This record gives sequence, structure tokens and C-alpha cells, in this order.
Amino acid sequence: MTSTAAVAARSVDLRKVYGSGDSEVRALDGVTIDLAAGEFTAIMGPSGSGKSTLMHCLAALDTPTGGEVWVGDTALSRLRDKALTALRREEIGFVFQAFNLIPTLSARENILLPLSLSGRKPDQAWFDTVVDTVGLRDRLGHRPSEMSGGQQQRVACARALVSKPSIVFADEPTGNLDSTSGAEVLSFLRRSVDEFGQTIVMVTHDAVAASYCDRVVFLADGRLVDEIRDPDRDAILAHMTALQAAAAARREA
Amino acid sequence: MLRMTLRNLFARKVRLLMSGLAIVLGVAFLSGVLVFSNGLSETFDGIVHGSTPDGVVRAADTEEFGGGESGQSALALTPDVVDALAALPEVARADGEVNSAGLSLLASDGTLVGGTGAPTLSFNYTGSPNMEGKPTLLLKSGAWPEGTDQIVLDERAAEAGDYRLGDQVKLLAPFGTLERTATLVGTAEFNGGGTAGATLLIFSTAGAQDLFFGGKDVFNRISLTAADGVSQKQLATAAGQVLPEGFEAVTGDQVAKESQDAIGTFLDVIQTFLTVFAIIAVLVGGFIIVNTFSILVAQRTRELALLRALGAGRGQVTRSVLVEAFVLSIVTSTLAIGLGLLLARGLAALFRVVGLDIAGDALQLTSRAVITSYLVGVGVTMVAAYLPARRAGRVAPVAAMRADTAPERTSLRRRTIIGAVVIAIGAAFAVAGLQRPNALWVGIGAVLWILTAAALSPVLGRPVLVICRALFAALFGATGRLAGENALRDPRRTGATASALMIGLALVSTIGVLASSLNRSIDDEVDQQFTADLLVQSTTYLPFSTAIGDRIAGIDGIDVLSRQQYTSARYDDKGVSVTGVDPAWQRIYHLDLVRGTTAISGAQAFVGEDFAKKHDLAVGDSLDLRFQGGKTLTPTITGITKSSDVTSEVTVPLDQLSRAGVLRQDTSLSILLSPGADATAVRDEVDAAAKPAPIVGVFDKAEFADEFRGQVNQLLFMIYGLLALAIVIAVIGIVNTLGLSVIERTREVGLLRAVGMSRAKLRRMITLESVTIAVLGAVLGMALGVLIGVLLQQSLSKDLTSLGLPLGNLVTFLVVAVVVGVLAAVVPAIRAARLDVLDAIASE
Repeated sequence: MTSTAAVAARSVDLRKVYGSGDSEVRALDGVTIDLAAGEFTAIMGPSGSGKSTLMHCLAALDTPTGGEVWVGDTALSRLRDKALTALRREEIGFVFQAFNLIPTLSARENILLPLSLSGRKPDQAWFDTVVDTVGLRDRLGHRPSEMSGGQQQRVACARALVSKPSIVFADEPTGNLDSTSGAEVLSFLRRSVDEFGQTIVMVTHDAVAASYCDRVVFLADGRLVDEIRDPDRDAILAHMTALQAAAAARREA
Repeated sequence: MLRMTLRNLFARKVRLLMSGLAIVLGVAFLSGVLVFSNGLSETFDGIVHGSTPDGVVRAADTEEFGGGESGQSALALTPDVVDALAALPEVARADGEVNSAGLSLLASDGTLVGGTGAPTLSFNYTGSPNMEGKPTLLLKSGAWPEGTDQIVLDERAAEAGDYRLGDQVKLLAPFGTLERTATLVGTAEFNGGGTAGATLLIFSTAGAQDLFFGGKDVFNRISLTAADGVSQKQLATAAGQVLPEGFEAVTGDQVAKESQDAIGTFLDVIQTFLTVFAIIAVLVGGFIIVNTFSILVAQRTRELALLRALGAGRGQVTRSVLVEAFVLSIVTSTLAIGLGLLLARGLAALFRVVGLDIAGDALQLTSRAVITSYLVGVGVTMVAAYLPARRAGRVAPVAAMRADTAPERTSLRRRTIIGAVVIAIGAAFAVAGLQRPNALWVGIGAVLWILTAAALSPVLGRPVLVICRALFAALFGATGRLAGENALRDPRRTGATASALMIGLALVSTIGVLASSLNRSIDDEVDQQFTADLLVQSTTYLPFSTAIGDRIAGIDGIDVLSRQQYTSARYDDKGVSVTGVDPAWQRIYHLDLVRGTTAISGAQAFVGEDFAKKHDLAVGDSLDLRFQGGKTLTPTITGITKSSDVTSEVTVPLDQLSRAGVLRQDTSLSILLSPGADATAVRDEVDAAAKPAPIVGVFDKAEFADEFRGQVNQLLFMIYGLLALAIVIAVIGIVNTLGLSVIERTREVGLLRAVGMSRAKLRRMITLESVTIAVLGAVLGMALGVLIGVLLQQSLSKDLTSLGLPLGNLVTFLVVAVVVGVLAAVVPAIRAARLDVLDAIASE
């Protein structure tokens, strides 16, 4: 089950609690997980299971209440804002559900934004590779408003990859796309894992999207409850159904 | 990053320009004031240097007595002194001069030319050169005057008086024969440009001597021109050796410096006065910048969070907002400087109407004005943008993932506590100021209060907002309630927007209370101290001929006529105001005494309480008063009076003044009517007696108070006018905030429209929200302003004896605030109503 490959990110006994007293919500309740380098991992679970919170904590966007997160060899809890910012800039890429492109910048400028933020020069060959992979060569001068949803999301993917991060987090990247555009984005993510050895962690509730992954982990009530490797769509659906039944049973009990 | 910042700026140029406008107005006013006051002093400098010779012989102590333009010294220089000076090897030429400021020019229709603004200068033409070796005066048309009945005027005066060459010019003399005429033979101006509004009356030497010295061949000043290679200092020293007692020789440089100092003080007052209002306008503009940038940052939360998620440091995000502010401030300051130049021309035109002529080419953009404007414009914008920029840097990266981008609301508790502490400190200042009493301390407390109130307006304003909501809900139903809720939804924003208006109205109300108190105090004072039936006084504060009093004395129905003359003297090497009163004065005025009596004769005097205290004087002490020209009086103090506006620090018998070398003129005549006299008839006769001298006014008690009140109100309206600028800027702030709120709430507006709110109702909702903000600012500002005004009056109660509340004005302010609210909402409301329902809902 555990791969022998290096670990890109991991968490140990990760906890995140919102509110206090009666209104206390345990979004994460002791999650321990290793995310292997060069793997495409999906995090699934019903609404409110804590999958987004888990991703935010792993991606150094949110601070956990307890436990520890490592990105590579770096433990996040000891880092101040400056170091966290540098870590996000150097080691982590993001793809959002709502694309989140800067409307005033062209596609090229959006893709290069993480590099220009840190004042790094882009690697032209790598930039070309990424742009050709996502098939945006003829769209580089366009503004986000002049592109379709699928194109915008491919710009966002290119932006996540161009700084060669050690891990890319994708939050429901196909949530706002039709199935054709979604499939384009997912196969692009798959190719970047296969061809460039990129590590990708994706939060999704779409079984089809998850079926592109090497590994699917299931979260329920803030805990890691199940996982499958090299899944197909039906296996994922079966697991989801079982999870929901178990959750319903717990609620009735 | 920089490119993105600039793109951002460009994408939001309209919104930013709106907030920039607030800065433009404030800075434009500032730069206008700087350009204007520079032009003013350049004009005066040109005249001073163009009209001053190498050296001057004048009455000793001229500097101490304020430039010697009052013409009150009876000392004179004889022609043999001029000859002696001219014979000196250091002197190239010496010209005897006759100067006076007492003569007035009447227009051909009999009205006064020059009025109360710049002075009227009378002197003889000698052809003497100025210190640069050029003629002091330049002839513009005609010829120089000769004989005793010719005159040359400056062009402006000739035009104002409607005189052409050859016309008989009407003059009004301060002494001797009242009315004079002279034939206009030419027009002239000072070498150095214009007259700065002064009226020039130029005579031949004989003509001036005839007017001012009764035809005696004497002078009151001699201008000296140095021989080649002789310095001004050497010239003055040499001349000093041959002068009679009571005169001194000074260098031209010193005379120029004295003139500039005297003018400088006056210019400083104008400049300071205008600058204060420019600063207020800039500060109010700063509030609007804070608000606009806060809103822009809040609207961009998601975008900023994205940048943070992609690895932008806090500093980078903060800096990007600051760079936006910087570019904005450079653009707006540049606009403002251009606008300021126009404004300076406007100010110059305004002052020209009042009679202060400023050369048009003196209104140049100096490097000082440009640099100051940029520094202030950029500085204020950057400081104002810093808080929102820092907040931008603190946006949590995770906010990029959230659907709703509503910024987190931190508690207002910390702000409230700090605010309460500062208010308490302000109160301590105010209490200390009341006990001393010292208005400055109260003022410091007031400034602290105003600033704290601006920061605390979200808390302080809540009751006002709740009342507005209830009121609007009752009046306009659901629309009104929604408007009230909108204003309450983000109390910080509502408060910050209202703050700009609050500051403006706080100042306006403070001034209103002070002015109203001043008017009441004047009424009370006049009531108590105006014990004469009629008062004849100069409206220009210049003394007038005793001939008027002589004529009035002959009128039937007058029981008592008392004459007074004000002058100045030196005591203990300090200036002191002295009044000479005749014996009849005792029958009209009965001052409250601290000790002794006001009945004086011969070498006796009575003094005011404050003066006695200051110099530790008691009844029986003798005063050593030195007058201009060196003569002295040493009266014995017979009484000490309570402070009064009727007399000055020292009062002596009128006949003593001529012994002190002061030319006999009157500054005030007090009249008691005989019992049973026909008041109207007497009044008509007194008016007729004073009519030839338009500078002399006749007042009864009510008119006297009105005259005073008129001056107060004139100043009041000027201050209101200047504060209106701050109000205009505040209105821009409301327009801006509302406009941004509408953009921010596009979806919500669409929803309201979708569920059936009509365009008209939508417009009304936004208008009501605007009115709520305006009323909030007005209510807080007026409450604060009245409080501060009352406290200031209390601390000044020695002079400002009665408290007056301008209730009518306050109601007007509130109405104005409502109107302001309605006007500010016009554009945002139209924009909101134009939003397409579907687009609005679909908008992200």
C-alpha cells in the first residue's frame, strides 16, 4: 500500500476545530496521510467531510489546530508568515475551482505571475513545454474574459506548473466545467504526472475525475476512512455509496 | 507585479479618479494659496524697492511708531537742513518730502475712492531716484504737478474717480479746510509695478506744503541720494551729523526692510488664514482616500488572497496598493497644481475687487509651491492609503478559496476603548482650559475630540443610524427599511464616509456658535457702554478734521459734544494706546472704577485695570509717556477703571496731546441730545455736517451694533465660504462610497429588481442611504461643533461675555445635509437603476 517513492507532503494527527463549546465543529479529527511524490491523489468525501480543510492545511493556506504538516522535509507549524509565503511560492502550485485568474492580465502574464512575484526569470523551454501541453499557444495574448471556462482553467493549470512546484493542489478543478472541458483539464493533469513526474493532489466529489488518479482517499467526519489504488469509476462509486450508507447508519444509530 | 498594479489602476481609473478628486480640490486650494501669497509679496517687494531711496531722514522713533504713516507728528524739517545735507560730500542730492496718509480722494460723484482697503498716500513729487538709481515714480500721462492747485493720481484712482486730465479732483483733508480741489494734470505709478491697490495723490512740493503744513516751507522727510562710491551706511552716518534734535538718518535698505516687515505681517495673516482652510480641505480629502482604498481593498479580497496563495509576500501586496496610491497622488497633484494656478488668479481677482491690486505676472508657479503641493498631495495620499494597504497585506491566502469574499469583521471594541481614552484626554484638556481659562487648551481638546469622533463614528453613529432606519421604515416602508439596513450593514464604512462631512460641519458649527456669541456679546457691550445718543466715527480708523466737530457743535438740540483722539505712545519701551478726552467726556461716559476717579485735568491720567496690573501701577504713580518726535508727558494717575471699549490703556486730557507734539484731529465724537430735542432733526443736521467726509459715519446705538455685527458676519461668511470647500470634498466622498457600494452589491441589486423592486424604488433606496450618511455626519458634526463652541466661549468669557446658539443656522445645516445626501446619490442611484437584471444576477 505505501509506495517506496519519496513523500511530497504528509500530515500527522492533523486536527482543525472551528468555534468552541456547543458550536464546536471538528473539521479534521486526526488525519495522518502520506502523499507520495510523482503520484496523482484524489481526496473524496461527502460535503462537510473536511476534504477542503485538509487540502488548505496541506497547502499551507490554513493553520491547523493541532498535528503537523510536512511539505518535503519542512514542518509547517514552525514557519512564520514570510517563510510560509516563500514555501507557497517555491514549492506549491494551485488550481482553483473558480479559475481565479487576474482579469487585468493576459494569459501569458497570468501564467508567469508566480515567477514575477518572486522575481524569477521563466525557463523559456519549460514555459513552451507547459504551454504546448495545455494547448494555449494561440491564446497567450488574450484576457481571461476573452476565453472559455476550459481555456481559463488550462491557463490556471499552466500557472500552477510553470514554477515547477514540488506539489500541485487542485480544488475541484472541473467543478465549473462541462464534461468535455473537464476531461481536457484532467488528461492534462494526468499527463503532467506521467510525463513530468509532477505530484498532484486533487479534491473532488466527481467519480469520473477521481478515476484519472493513481490513488483515491476517502474522508468522512474529518477522518480518513478508506482508500483505493488505481481506481476505476465504478469502484469509486461503490465506495462512495458504502460510505454514505455507513454515515446514514451512524446518524440513525 | 508593478505591471499588474498599473493595469489595476487603469482598469479602475474612474473610481480612483473620483477619490482623487478629493485630493485634487484640497491640494489645488493649497497651491493656489501659495501662488497667490507669493504673487502678493512679489508685488509689494517690487513697490518697496522701486520707491525707496538710498537714505531717508525722518522723525526719530518712526520705526517704533509703526512706519510713521499716521502723519501725527507736528515736528518738521526746514529747508536749511535740506541744504546742509545737500552740501555734504557724501550726498549727491537731498530732496525735502511731505508725506501724509490722512488725505482722502473723492470720486467726481462725491463718494470715497479707495475705501477701507489699501491706504491713500499723499506726497510731493521731487524727481528723486530710488536706491537702484532709477526714478521713484513713472509718469504715465500728462505732466508732473506744479503750483499749489495741481495733482497727479495713479491711473486706477483716476479711473475709479471718473477723472480726466484737466478735471477738478475733489479731496478731503484731515485737518484745516475740509474740502479741497486740485486740477488733474497727469497720472503716474511707482517704479516697480502697479500700486498694489494704494491710491496715490501726488502734489508739487508747494502744493503738499500748502495742504499739510499750512503753506509753511517745511518737510517731514528728506530722501537722500548717495554720491558715487558712497555706501548707504556711510551716507546715513554722514547725514546723522547735521540733523536737528528729534530726527534720524537711516539707510534705504532699513526703510525697505521695515516696510517689508510691516507688510510681511499682514501677508502672513492672509496666508496663514487661507492655509488653515487648505489644510482642513486636504485632511478631509485624506479621509476620503482612506475610505476609497478600504473599499477597493475589500472588493479585491479574493484577488489579493490569490496573490498571497501564489506566493506574494505581505509586503508585496501592501506595496502594490501603495504604488497605486503613489501613481494616483502624482496624477492628482499635477492636476491640482494646474488648477491651483487658476484658483490663484481667481483669488487675485477677488482681492482686486476689495482694492488690493496684484500684478498678473506676479502669479507664477514657484518651485516652492510646486514642491509643497506635491509633498502634501503625495504625503497625504500615501499616509491615507497606508492603513488599507496594510490590511490588504493581511488578507489570508485561504480567502481565495472561499466563495463569499466578505471581509472578516474584527470587533470595534479595541477602537472604542482607545477612542474613549483619547476622548478622556481631550476632556482633561478642555477642563484645564476652562479653569485657567485658556482657549488654546480647549482647542487642543477639541482637535483630539474631532479626530477621535471620526474614528469612533461607527460606534457613536449607531443610534443616529437606528433612528434613521426606523424613520425611513415608517415613511417609505420596505424601501426605507432596506436603505436603513444598508447604512447599518457596514458601520465602519458608513462612519468613515460620514466623518468627512462631520469634520466640516463640526468646524462650521463651532464657528457659528462663536460668531453668534460674539454678536450677542457686542449687543450686550454696546448696550452697557454706548451711553451717548449719537456717535460720529471714522469708518477707516483714520482721524478726521476737527472742522467736523466744529460744525456739529453749532447744531441746535445738542446738549453735550465730547471729542476724543486716539494715538500711540511708548511706555517702559513698549507701545501703549493713549486716548485724549475733553472735559465734556465726563458727562457722557461713566466707567466702572476700581479705584480713584476718571475726572482728569492737566498732567493727570486714568488707566485701565489690565494696564495697571501689567505695569504694577497704583493711583498717585506717575507715568512716563514718550510720543513720536521725542516729546514726553508725565501725568499722575488719578484713577484705575475696569476694562472698557470706550477708552484705551491710558486716558489723558485732550489738551495734553498737542503738548506731546500730536497733531490735533478727532477720531471720535460723542453727542448727548438736549432734553426734548427733535432727535430726527438733530440727526439730519449731524449727518449733513459729516457728509462732506465720507470716511466719517454717524451712528446711534442700534446702527453702531449693526456696524460691528456687519464686520463679524462678513468674516463669518468668508469662513463659511472657505469651509464649504471641505463640505464639497465630503460630498465627493459620499458619491464615491455609494458608487462603490452599488458596484459591490450588483448581485443584490439584481435580486431586488428580479423580485419586483421598481427602478424608482431602487433609486429611492440608494438616495435614502445617502441621506442617512449625510444626516449622520451632520448630527455628529453639529453636536460636536456646538459642544466645542460652547466650551470655547466659556474659556473666552472674559471677551465673549454672552453665549449665543445659532439655532436657525443649525437647522439650516441639517437641511443642507439632507440636500447634500440627495444630490450625492443622484449618479450612483441612476447607475444602480440602469443595471440589467439578468447581468446583475449573473455577475460574480
